[in-house]
Amino acid sequence: MSIFTAPTLAHYLVLGAILFAISIAGIFINRRNVIIMLMAIELMLLAVNLNFIAFSRYLGDMSGQVFVFFILTVAAAESAIGLAILVLLFRNVGSIDVEDLDALKG
Amino acid sequence: MTFFTFTFYVFAAILVFAGLRVITTRNPVHAALWLVLSFFTAAAIWILLQAEFLAITLVLVYVGAVMVLFLFVVMMLDVNFDSLRRQFRSYLPQGVIVGALVLLEMALAVVSSAIGTTQVAPQLPTGSNTKALGLLLYVDYVYPFEIAAVVLLVAIVAAIALTHRKRKATRYQDPAVQARVRREDRVRIVRMPSEKSET
Repeated sequence: MSIFTAPTLAHYLVLGAILFAISIAGIFINRRNVIIMLMAIELMLLAVNLNFIAFSRYLGDMSGQVFVFFILTVAAAESAIGLAILVLLFRNVGSIDVEDLDALKG
Repeated sequence: MTFFTFTFYVFAAILVFAGLRVITTRNPVHAALWLVLSFFTAAAIWILLQAEFLAITLVLVYVGAVMVLFLFVVMMLDVNFDSLRRQFRSYLPQGVIVGALVLLEMALAVVSSAIGTTQVAPQLPTGSNTKALGLLLYVDYVYPFEIAAVVLLVAIVAAIALTHRKRKATRYQDPAVQARVRREDRVRIVRMPSEKSET
């Protein structure tokens, strides 16, 4: 079990990178469903926050955690407004398929 | 392998698996529940990193509020989710390629710059994590904190303003009209001659 060494900063960063890559792939493969795309964005922000906290721990600087606090605030606001727009969209268009949202195409 | 190391790998495995299920599951309700699991596991990892306050905040705010909001919206919208997955297979290779490339780049950057291999976690100051964070937040970052409060307020107002709609059927008062009313609008004086008595 030599690969399972005690976690260092790199372990947390790679975990964050894996989560970020998963959510980017999620945005690509669920590109018709806006709800899953919003969830993938939340997952992406979670990965970023994980990086911030790992750096904060391993550099001994609490400011990273303050940044995570602000990211959480902004992400909560973002998801609230995003879901409100989604509800509005469904009410007006009758669908949440991204392919149907071509009214601005000109 | 110490218990700490073991816990980290278990949590990391659960987190990655839950993340994968979020993006691949068929039902959006299931996706939301898997996302709850991944938030919860991330909170556990944050506790391993001694960020207790943020871990609890993540559970309370995300699992408690944001995910409930997601579930509300998923259940409120009457969407045929199967039709949204028609071309799932055709998007799959593209997504996997892009995700793998991003992962490769990030892992290369982390490994090649040798971050972490030399970095030893310093001993954090003993005492409450919440207290340390609060001191930093209310002293050094007090103006950004106020701006964050305004951002939340704007989000509340925007969410209500976007989704609020007037119902035609309901009767409601308009105080301006009520205050503007004059006597002539309400009372009509009809002048009519008094009737003569028959006798």
